[in-house]
Amino acid sequence: MSQSYRLKNEGLINRNKEIIFKFNGKKYTGYEGDTLASALLANGVHLVGRSFKYHRPRGFFGAGVDEPNAKLQIQLNGHSEPNVNATEFELVEGVEASSQNCWPSVEFDIGAINNFLNRFFPAGFYYKTFMWPKSFWYKIYEPFIRKAAGLGIASVEKDKERYEHKYEYCDLLVTGSGPAGLSSAYSAAKNGAKVILAEDKPRFGGSLLTDDVTIDNLSGKDWADKIITELKEMPNVIVKNRSQVFGYYDHNMMVMFERTGDHLNDKPKYTPRQRLWYVRAKEVLLSTGSIERPIVFGNNDTPGVFLSAAAKEYIKVYGVLVGKKPLIFTNNDSAYETALEFKKQGIEPIILDTREEQSSELIDSAKNQNIQIKFCHAVISANGYKKVRSAQIGKLNKEKTGFENLQTIECDCICVSGFWTPTVHLASQSGNKLKFNDDIDAFIPDKSKQNEKSVGASNGTFTLKETLEDGFKTGFEVSKNITNNNILTSTPNSNETKKSAHDKFWCSPLPNGKNYKRFVDFQNDVAVSDIEVALREGYRSIEHVKRYTTLGMATDQGRTSNLNGLQLVANVEKKIVPQVGHTTFRPPFTPITIGTIVGREIDMEYMPTRKTPMHTWHEKNNAVFVDAGAWKRPRYYKQGNESLFEASKREAKNVRDHVGICDVTTLGKIDIKGPDSAEFLNRVYTNAWLKLPIGKARYGVMLREDGIVMDDGTTTRISENHYHMTTTTAQAANVLSHLEYYLQIVWPELNVNVISTTEQWAGAALAGPKSRDVLAKLFPNLDVTNESLPFMGYMEGDLFGVKARIFRISFSGELAYEINVESDCGLYMWEKIIEIGKEFNIQPYGTEALSTLRIEMGHVAGPELDGRTIPYDVSLEGLLSKKKDFIGKRSLQKEAFNKNDRQKIVGLVPTDKKSSIPEGSHLVVDKNAKLPNPKLGHVSSSCWSVENNNPFSLAIVKDGKNMIGKKLFAVSPLKNTAIEVEIISSHYVDHEGKRVRS
Amino acid sequence: MLNINCPYCGDRSQKEFAYGGDGTVKRPELNKEVSDEKWNEFVYLRKSPRGKHIELWHHIAGCRQWFKVQRDTVTHEIFKTAKMNEEIK
Repeated sequence: MSQSYRLKNEGLINRNKEIIFKFNGKKYTGYEGDTLASALLANGVHLVGRSFKYHRPRGFFGAGVDEPNAKLQIQLNGHSEPNVNATEFELVEGVEASSQNCWPSVEFDIGAINNFLNRFFPAGFYYKTFMWPKSFWYKIYEPFIRKAAGLGIASVEKDKERYEHKYEYCDLLVTGSGPAGLSSAYSAAKNGAKVILAEDKPRFGGSLLTDDVTIDNLSGKDWADKIITELKEMPNVIVKNRSQVFGYYDHNMMVMFERTGDHLNDKPKYTPRQRLWYVRAKEVLLSTGSIERPIVFGNNDTPGVFLSAAAKEYIKVYGVLVGKKPLIFTNNDSAYETALEFKKQGIEPIILDTREEQSSELIDSAKNQNIQIKFCHAVISANGYKKVRSAQIGKLNKEKTGFENLQTIECDCICVSGFWTPTVHLASQSGNKLKFNDDIDAFIPDKSKQNEKSVGASNGTFTLKETLEDGFKTGFEVSKNITNNNILTSTPNSNETKKSAHDKFWCSPLPNGKNYKRFVDFQNDVAVSDIEVALREGYRSIEHVKRYTTLGMATDQGRTSNLNGLQLVANVEKKIVPQVGHTTFRPPFTPITIGTIVGREIDMEYMPTRKTPMHTWHEKNNAVFVDAGAWKRPRYYKQGNESLFEASKREAKNVRDHVGICDVTTLGKIDIKGPDSAEFLNRVYTNAWLKLPIGKARYGVMLREDGIVMDDGTTTRISENHYHMTTTTAQAANVLSHLEYYLQIVWPELNVNVISTTEQWAGAALAGPKSRDVLAKLFPNLDVTNESLPFMGYMEGDLFGVKARIFRISFSGELAYEINVESDCGLYMWEKIIEIGKEFNIQPYGTEALSTLRIEMGHVAGPELDGRTIPYDVSLEGLLSKKKDFIGKRSLQKEAFNKNDRQKIVGLVPTDKKSSIPEGSHLVVDKNAKLPNPKLGHVSSSCWSVENNNPFSLAIVKDGKNMIGKKLFAVSPLKNTAIEVEIISSHYVDHEGKRVRS
Repeated sequence: MLNINCPYCGDRSQKEFAYGGDGTVKRPELNKEVSDEKWNEFVYLRKSPRGKHIELWHHIAGCRQWFKVQRDTVTHEIFKTAKMNEEIK
């Protein structure tokens, strides 16, 4: 029969909308407003999974984030997600859920053999067993453990859902919409504060939804609805349900996980599935409430054992009975409310109370309704394998250490209550050291380290009256300090039943001769006996006990197990809980999806793409691009079936023979202005800058203070107090920060301003013996002869109506120019050059050919300026001024930098003139020497010399200046090569540098 | 994530800034003799104090100004921020 555990009239679900779903292949129906858990329970399904270690049958235990067992694999819209908490997942049409960690099925699970072998699986089993032999680890132990461990199966498909990030600021973030959250948010909002109220569940109200109370003469739920309606209408308030604040970070940075689309069957386009909120709150009010903790007893993990508050929530919110023959097992009054709810539905519960017979408002009310109560009784164990069939109970002796008589009671569920644990996770994350409160036997927040306060149950306040008073007062006071308003909202009157004190009874003793498993942590299968073993083996610190037994380490962060575990340790150690201490709470409070953390920063949005103004031209002309930081640069322009190697050779050869054009927009450009610019450059660069004439460029090298080369480039004096600096593509941002550092901090007296103009100028390098011919046709009105525009000269001109800067600088070693125009005109300039250059055989060349040209010439670049080389190493010592001081100069006096056999850049040619030398190869004397083979240097850059038609490399070698003519081996264990090489000069082409000056 | 009060722009998230190291280090003057020991100290040696510490931050995704931040290295509490020409006592 379908939904035979569904009540006729109770609950907040929408009975007009039936939802069909599947669980383990079978069809079920539920209603809109159900969770997967409540819908399955309505159908009488309790067995949902197998436990982690022993594969014991497990059922639902809680009704929200407290749930340790019901983690399911969810299939929805072709998307599979593991470890979804069934008590939180809202039912939607078409969802298919299945059990995890069982094979072949949850009903019959082979792994359950572990349960019968459990004496062989004590605490620390894995640590003890898989220690040796070492060789077994990779092949036998690890694959076995991997197969046995873990819960669900992660999808290998790409996640097609949309996730978003959102940033928000507020005066006050309130986490949780129970009585404490509602009252403090309301009174703060009324006092003008900008408030965000976040509720994890779909429905607002927290305990007000299930507790039999009145506020302002309204039922708890009606009052919550009224306050929420009012808050939603206030412009200074953001109210969010389905939103879990899971992390408390520095400076009140709160991170919240919102389930924006999971509950929608027809999600509107662009609605994200989930959203991550970064909320910077001036103040945080933690109204996270409390979670009921169980009492530990034998086989307490049998499906059908529930927290008593969860059983009540299933009745009141979902209209579902978790059983029809309930046994209520408690050490306090609150479980009586659950019993009364059952009674209201015509069900006869039996209450076992560990306390002496006594009287209170709730106990009396249960008595008056003829509910059977057995005082001084406890459940010893649950009977039944896949579902509770009965319970063995006993009368406790006076010391409550054993039983006087045993008895079996028939029941189909056991609702257990071991009192309440304040949810202090966020407070603890904020740096608040918790303190133990003896009255409630739990930790509560102590002194705040950040701007946070706990109100209500999360602060150990368990009565509604005090909670409301505290909430209204705190909301007012906190907001007053921010807004300076003084609008006080008075606390409404309220009614609740008074409760008597709880009993400090946390774990049922074992009767003589019985050895029931009594679980403390359900999700990680940690039983009382495991904790005892850990203590017996000498683990004392609670942090060690936690790691050895895995107590509290599962995805539920020990929400229902922490305090029971601490009580156990305290009992065995004859200590009290505060002496044992507690383990650290860390974010996230509840598991969140990876998709949410990543947000929209995937694929193209992972990082911005920088394209030069000529990008479309490159695309049209078959450029193959390479990433240079965020930039896309043409690596080569493919013609026909050319390979990279062939294309780059063709492009480089064309530069040497005719003329080529290369997009150099990506070079860093920094505009420098001010009367002290020359002096500043003189300090930043190693060479002299004071006498650079207007209209001239100069090559410069800058060092870090430790003497290592930082960057190189040319700087041109545009006018008296105006310079144009270029940097390498990679170092552009660092160089700007470096210049700003010295101008703002070290030499603020210098009157200089710097700004990046990388994006403002499009650049084209024109290189090759025919480049002057092209230039002359581009600028018919300019005199571009060698006399008028010599090497390192600068001119401004008109390029068919566009203002252009012309620099005679060369990276290729050929006669070359660099033309800059404003970015918007970049494509125009490029197309003009291509058009005019046609008759001179112009061809575009990419970064690969660019590298070939500079390597042949022995020009250094990134691979040589690798953060480990000083000017001497890369043969730039000629640029070190002896007359003036500059950044990093003092470091060059270091002994190690002045050794005779200091490393230096050289050229390498393979002796067979054929084998390409892999970059990164080590240079050694004997290729067959025993490892570690003494290394003399490494190959930094390699190319195919188009000038000499054989491979050529640059290398940095120990005692490089005396190595010319010697033979070494370049070995690369990665490529498995050992190539004999001859060491030659690093300048392989145009040794005297005639071409650039021609 | 820290919240840093840029003395030029106001409260901004840490995302906009780059950390710039110890704010109390002074570069030896140019063109003056510096002993090996002093230079070594300037280039390499930094204290790692527990508690209050003055450090440099650079508002790279904002006004691009360098400035001083007095921060507790244990709790991350920021007591004061100041322009480079202002003193933090």
